[in-house]
Amino acid sequence: MSPAGDRIKFEIAIASKTLRTAAGAMRVVLRDVAFSLKEGEVCALLGPSGCGKTTLLRIIAGIDRDFEGRLALPSRHKIGMVFQEPRLLPWRSVADNLRLAGASNETSLAEIASALGLDLHLDHFPGELSLGLARRVAIARAFAIKPDLLLLDEPFVSLDAALAMRLREELIALVETRKATTLIVTHDVDEAIALADRIIVLSAAPGRIVAEATIETARLALTPERAAGVKSALLARIAAAA
Amino acid sequence: MLFRLASLLLLLLVWELGSKIAGARLLPAPFEVLVVIGSEARSGALFINLAATLGRVAASFALAMGLGTALGMLMGRNKTIDNLCDPWLIVLLNLPALVIIVLAYIWVGLNEVAAIGAVALNKLPNTAATVREGARAFDASLDEMARVFAMPLRTRIRHVFLPQLAPYLAAATRSGLSLVWKIVLVVELLGRPNGVGFEIGIAFQLFDVTRLLAYALPFVGLMLTIETFVVQPIERHVSRWRPHQV
Repeated sequence: MSPAGDRIKFEIAIASKTLRTAAGAMRVVLRDVAFSLKEGEVCALLGPSGCGKTTLLRIIAGIDRDFEGRLALPSRHKIGMVFQEPRLLPWRSVADNLRLAGASNETSLAEIASALGLDLHLDHFPGELSLGLARRVAIARAFAIKPDLLLLDEPFVSLDAALAMRLREELIALVETRKATTLIVTHDVDEAIALADRIIVLSAAPGRIVAEATIETARLALTPERAAGVKSALLARIAAAA
Repeated sequence: MLFRLASLLLLLLVWELGSKIAGARLLPAPFEVLVVIGSEARSGALFINLAATLGRVAASFALAMGLGTALGMLMGRNKTIDNLCDPWLIVLLNLPALVIIVLAYIWVGLNEVAAIGAVALNKLPNTAATVREGARAFDASLDEMARVFAMPLRTRIRHVFLPQLAPYLAAATRSGLSLVWKIVLVVELLGRPNGVGFEIGIAFQLFDVTRLLAYALPFVGLMLTIETFVVQPIERHVSRWRPHQV
């Protein structure tokens, strides 16, 4: 059962997005991608590498404004984003990285640091952290600002399987308790099923929506058997769409 | 530290030996210079001239660093401004310091504005060129992060841009200080009524090497002190986050 409310909070409608290749040619990376996000919903964008998932996230984050289409976002909204790389300020401590991003107050900073096991690292510089810890800081930074929209761009990429699994569990716990509207980009079906209330599948470039599925089972109640069932149903739907 | 002291003692020894060979008129012994330094200090002249020179160094250094940093940032981040200013920068970089100083005195007059302006104009292109490289090397991914998290412009400048610029600013400061004080001495020699450069000019006219060294050495010592106790600690502080630093 999805924990999302019925109120639509964000509407995304990209008619087309082109990028210039290194050779100078124009390439369409997204075409007719339209979907909405309900308040508190966790939506996963699933698709093969190069299908425009990250480009779509950059458009929603406001980094890339060169596209055809429209975004309907609340006028005053806070976006928290976890990039593929941690993107921490190396000259500031972990605590300062959270503060500078706009951590609402010291209590919420301490809470999120504690939830992600960063209590002992708040005074450390990012260069003193392992990649796993740096990613935890990046996740903490995104949650610390109490975002209206949380964007996660393959947050576990290039981590070993065990660490990725542990971080995914911590992320699920955070998403469950903090109820932020979340859009997560991934090419991992299992990750999408474990985290999302709804999965949107994009085709290979130019990315367009080929399938959409709602996960009816609550995240914490998702057993491996149930997840396997969801996965086979989703793969069948993708195959049918192809 | 021990090595530095030993090296300094060796230098004094070589100087003493050189004095014996060349004669006191050409190269006075360290003690003779020390005596003149003492008498100039007691009369107050040494401190008045040191202060005048230091004031000019500070003013022209601040002017060159401020304007040079702003220009370098603009040139590094804006292609049009870079294209527009680059030829000017190349001309200024290659214009001999003496030409700028003489022209400044002719056009503006023998005054402090001309002196400080000429020194600043000599250093400015060097700072701008160094900072431009820093601005070109900005990490765009950090700027994107700052924009997504809606960091205010002031925060972005202070915590995202300036720290990236710090190594370039440190390089410009280091080379700037040494360049500026040398040019200030020339400016004083050519057209100011006080300062270390002016005193060196007098000593030159009198062929008084002892007096020349008595003014030059304390100023070198002063600049070394500033470098050691001001510039280096600041540099260490701003780069304390680097993991490889010992």
